Amino acid sequence: MTMLLPRRGLAQILALIVILAVDRVVSPQFFDLRLQDGRLFGSLIDVLNRGTPVALLSLGMVLVIATRGIDLSVGAVMAICGAIAASLADSHGLPVVLAAALGAGLVCGLWNGFLVAVLGMQPIVATLILMVAGRGIAQLITEGRIVTFSSPDLVWLGNGAILGVPVPIAIALGMLILTGAVVRGSALGLLIEATGGNARASELAGVGTRAMILAVYVWCGVCASLAGVIAAADIMGADANNAGLWLELDAILAVVIGGTSLFGGRFSLVLAVLGALIIQTMNTGILLSGYPPEFNLLVKAVVVLAVLLLQSPKLSGFAGIMAPLRRAKP
Amino acid sequence: MENSLGPAPPLLEVRGISKSFGAVRALQEVDFTLRAGEIHALLGENGAGKSTLIKVVTGVFPRDAGVVRLGGDEVAPRSAKAALEAGIATVYQEVNLLPNLSVAQNLFLDRQPMRFGIVREGEMRRRAEALLTEFGLDIDVAAPLGNYSVAIQHVTAIARAVDLSARVLILDEPTASLDRHEVEILFGIMRQLARRGIGIVFVSHFLDQVYEISDRITVLRNGRLVGERETASLPRLELIRMMLGRELAETTSARAAAGDRPPREVCASFENYGKAGYVAPFNLELRHGEVVGLAGLLGSGRTETARLVFGAERPDGGQARVEGAPVRLQSPRDGVRQGFGYCPEERKTDGIVAELTVRENIVLALQAKRGLHRPLSRREQDEIARRYVKMLDIRPPDPERPVGLLSGGNQQKALLARWLATAPRLLVLDEPTRGIDVGAHAEIIRLIRELCDDGLALLVISSELDEIVTYSDRVVVLRDRAHVEELAGEAIDVTNILAAIAAEGAAKEARA
Repeated sequence: MTMLLPRRGLAQILALIVILAVDRVVSPQFFDLRLQDGRLFGSLIDVLNRGTPVALLSLGMVLVIATRGIDLSVGAVMAICGAIAASLADSHGLPVVLAAALGAGLVCGLWNGFLVAVLGMQPIVATLILMVAGRGIAQLITEGRIVTFSSPDLVWLGNGAILGVPVPIAIALGMLILTGAVVRGSALGLLIEATGGNARASELAGVGTRAMILAVYVWCGVCASLAGVIAAADIMGADANNAGLWLELDAILAVVIGGTSLFGGRFSLVLAVLGALIIQTMNTGILLSGYPPEFNLLVKAVVVLAVLLLQSPKLSGFAGIMAPLRRAKP
Repeated sequence: MENSLGPAPPLLEVRGISKSFGAVRALQEVDFTLRAGEIHALLGENGAGKSTLIKVVTGVFPRDAGVVRLGGDEVAPRSAKAALEAGIATVYQEVNLLPNLSVAQNLFLDRQPMRFGIVREGEMRRRAEALLTEFGLDIDVAAPLGNYSVAIQHVTAIARAVDLSARVLILDEPTASLDRHEVEILFGIMRQLARRGIGIVFVSHFLDQVYEISDRITVLRNGRLVGERETASLPRLELIRMMLGRELAETTSARAAAGDRPPREVCASFENYGKAGYVAPFNLELRHGEVVGLAGLLGSGRTETARLVFGAERPDGGQARVEGAPVRLQSPRDGVRQGFGYCPEERKTDGIVAELTVRENIVLALQAKRGLHRPLSRREQDEIARRYVKMLDIRPPDPERPVGLLSGGNQQKALLARWLATAPRLLVLDEPTRGIDVGAHAEIIRLIRELCDDGLALLVISSELDEIVTYSDRVVVLRDRAHVEELAGEAIDVTNILAAIAAEGAAKEARA
């Protein structure tokens, strides 16, 4: 299990600590936690809660990227599954709603996986199809309206708490543990990394590379549908136009910040989720600081650049970066 | 050293070129001489150093030692572009032009006729037409290059190179994707250019074409110059001997000579096995404890046979049997399930997963064979990796090192380990000793013998005939994508193999 948090996570942890420290300066109450109505509140909880959709997306995305693919459709899949959940929420029980939404995510993933693994399409083009069409499908489901619901079960998914922990956070944590257990507990992790590292060689070594690729797109679809359900539950409605909009880019960013190369191969689930948290910590910090949210985009770009520079092999490795830093510190 | 061939220096003179990649010496003190107006074939098997020599001469790779003189003046281009400016043009097998631009734009790319900063399309088209007419082409130069056949793309590339005032034209496998008629056209153009005084280097593995077009032949082997001959006075058998054999001293099979051994049990057999356009149907029996060597020239169907046997390519006819039972081999997974292993020739692209560790590369095939739900624990992986690192003496002996950082020989050992870990019944090795240094070379050969003595069936491809002769119990000779002869026991020697490879060509010469 050493793979879950390898030494290379140092850059990301460092970045998160720095951003947290800045947030603390901007907002002195940042680390305050309080318990109210059996649920924890505070900026930190906010970060985790708001970060849940991107964290879930990055959990699926990191596996796709590890096979040297990419999934641009996750935002649209969120919209589809959110729309399905919202439409069914007031007429059906939670199990049916969840099954329908997750089933739709699974089908979306199968479609992407079919295009990439079986038809051999380039992942970026193959998933672009669903990225464009998916929003249309979501709008058809909602008939162009914003569908609201009041089912307490579904609302609980977005706003409830288990032992004080908001449900979305618990779900994301559960998915991280589940994905980690499946991927690293079986041989899947090694075979995915081999497929991404060199698909031809892996196939000649007897690895079922097509099955690997199909599986990661399916999982990515399932993760996206969970994110979509949570996002809909959070606002008690489904907005087909805006749910999950541009979040595929945040998810890709989270994976890259987490140190997984877009060229495939080695990946880390924990670091991808950490990447999602880094992004959300920045977002929250800028909101708290009172600067206009437009700054968010700029600051995000700078932080991403910094993390990528830290990882860049061209900069003679991590030690090369750390040495001047250490000297600079008193 | 200077022969008094005449007062004029040769067009292109390459002297004492050496080039190493890490521990692998790709070129060692190679000489090459090209005279004006001659067509000079540069021959050798894969890894002989042909492309390295071309790339060193044209400045794509920096050289470690040696000089290049063009018309008597020393040149040292630092890039393909600089070489082109100096007058050395190269046209590669894969044409380096832009298929989406028009023929005319391709011909004048980077040097369009301009007036007031605007490209003079009409002028460019007229000049393009005039240029191609010289090459016997009458085509619409405004159409995208990609609309035309590979042959016309080749001629366009050559026309561009020649128009850039090339004095030396290097053609790297120009006929590989051309049909017979297109080859005639290309040869016509080559002869015409030679008459104009341009020196042409022709790299090809089609010996018939070499005999048809070239005036002179230079042969490389293992990065060394074997010799330069006039084509007309070099018999085909002698040429093949230059390309494949080292010395003819040690000629009979060491294994066959070791004494008569009882007949072995058949491990896998292939009846009428083949694929149209890939390799002609063949019969092949592989027995436990036996090495079968596959000999033949580049492109003769050796690798194709190996891929069919392993299951990497689907046959379109014939029957495969393993231990007597009929099996279907439709994918590498099928091969692995039957207990086959395959070390491909292209280690980097088809073999190793460079960024994964030695340990992960070694356990990969075994893990794939066991399936997802039966993962090897980390302890088992460590144990397997340690055992094979020690057994095959993989260096450095660190299982956690990314395999891409190892030398070629150690990567090859890691690949062998990957298959040995699956306890295979049959191992197919495609050029197991290519591109690795001398020490590792001997070790791999020793390993092949040991594995065989342990009861493994082996199918080994090698361009090194004396190598094949030393470890093979039987040798299958291929020519033109067909199995043409099988040698066993005392009959295995370099002379017989060479004779089988050259048989058809010799027959042709006899008829002529």
